[in-house]
Amino acid sequence: MPIAHDFDYIKPATMEQTIELLNQENKRISILAGGTDLCNMLKNGFRVPDLMIDIKALHELNVIKDNNTDIFIGALVTFSELINSDIVKEKLYILWEAAHKVASQGVRNRATMIGNICSAVACMDSAATLLVHNASVHVKSVNGERKIPVNEWFVDNKKTACLNNELVTGVTLEIPQKKYASAYEKQMRYAGEDLSQSNVGILVQEDKTYRIAFGAVGPTPKRSLKIEHFLQGKELTDSIIAEARQMIETVIAPITDVRSSKEYRMQMTKVMFERGLRTAIERLNNLI
Amino acid sequence: MKKINFILNGEKRQIYVEASDILLEVLRQKMGLTSPKCGCDNGDCGACTIILNGKSVRSCLIFAIEIDGMEILTVEGLSKNGMTPLQESLLTHNSFQCGYCAPGMILSATELLKVNPKPSVEEIKECIAGNLCRCTGYQPIIDAITDLTK
Repeated sequence: MPIAHDFDYIKPATMEQTIELLNQENKRISILAGGTDLCNMLKNGFRVPDLMIDIKALHELNVIKDNNTDIFIGALVTFSELINSDIVKEKLYILWEAAHKVASQGVRNRATMIGNICSAVACMDSAATLLVHNASVHVKSVNGERKIPVNEWFVDNKKTACLNNELVTGVTLEIPQKKYASAYEKQMRYAGEDLSQSNVGILVQEDKTYRIAFGAVGPTPKRSLKIEHFLQGKELTDSIIAEARQMIETVIAPITDVRSSKEYRMQMTKVMFERGLRTAIERLNNLI
Repeated sequence: MKKINFILNGEKRQIYVEASDILLEVLRQKMGLTSPKCGCDNGDCGACTIILNGKSVRSCLIFAIEIDGMEILTVEGLSKNGMTPLQESLLTHNSFQCGYCAPGMILSATELLKVNPKPSVEEIKECIAGNLCRCTGYQPIIDAITDLTK
């Protein structure tokens, strides 16, 4: 399907040039990295930019950097590159798992994680990882840089805290300094490629602190501090897990849509929460 | 209109494109290459798969203007000097019926076999998970690729 309107295209060579270009109030601007979401939005007329800025010449954004206490993932890193990264596999296992479940090879070869969180569709695969690793999103504009905690990043379905003149340069994910393990669970209609009906991210640490994130069961992906506080310091017996499972009914708000009913989402979220929790604990026990 | 230069199936090419031109449509309508097909037109079905700089991608989700300086391979280029062993095997196994998914399947599997010459059945399934086929039930396609790994 052809795109019904014309726009300008620029591929700036430097960061300075890019943020200057972004600072034009009278223009509707779209930023292009992988383009797997953007291209569809333009075809469908959901976005009608005057100018498209291709950031693929900003090679400094194509980096995965391990700073020991945190890991920086740049805006041009694709899901395939995440899958092939030893740093990600070793320290961000939940992201390595989640990246495998994003669409298909042909999409993962182009699509970026930053694009995923900028589109901010509630069922995205990246959010659970970022939430349990206390990530912050780096944005840059002519006014300087700021870091936005990921729990403030997702404002509503398809809405983020990013301003029109800002460029997302990457995310920093915190690496816990205690022993930890994580797991990602995603429910789809069929294996291969589909958006989440529901997804759950779990991170457990050796001091029995737990981080739990839910996606596709509310307008934005969210951590559940209520369940985390309940589990804090506890040994996970069957009865504790059952009690925590029951609490899910009070912390998520799934809807019925083309992919599943709200009742099914609720039930599967409980199942995946338990499965993810048990998987993460097992992985942690294998480390210790 | 902007002039872009790229390598298409081993040949240097130069064309003028609008920023809004989709690569799949440029390949089919301007370059006359009809192996990439338009199926779903939103990146789900894999019929438009091409190899861009060595990686399988969806040409329906790429702007033609982005590919300035890059290298594209389609089935026309892949079989320039006759069919590849993969294509021979697909033929032997009578893997396709209508053939609409065939170019995408062939390129996805070509990418896999290049990095992983002996993939497991699971890896083959994962590789072609984004290439939808409505005729065959996939088994003869998986058999043909598996045969090559023996």
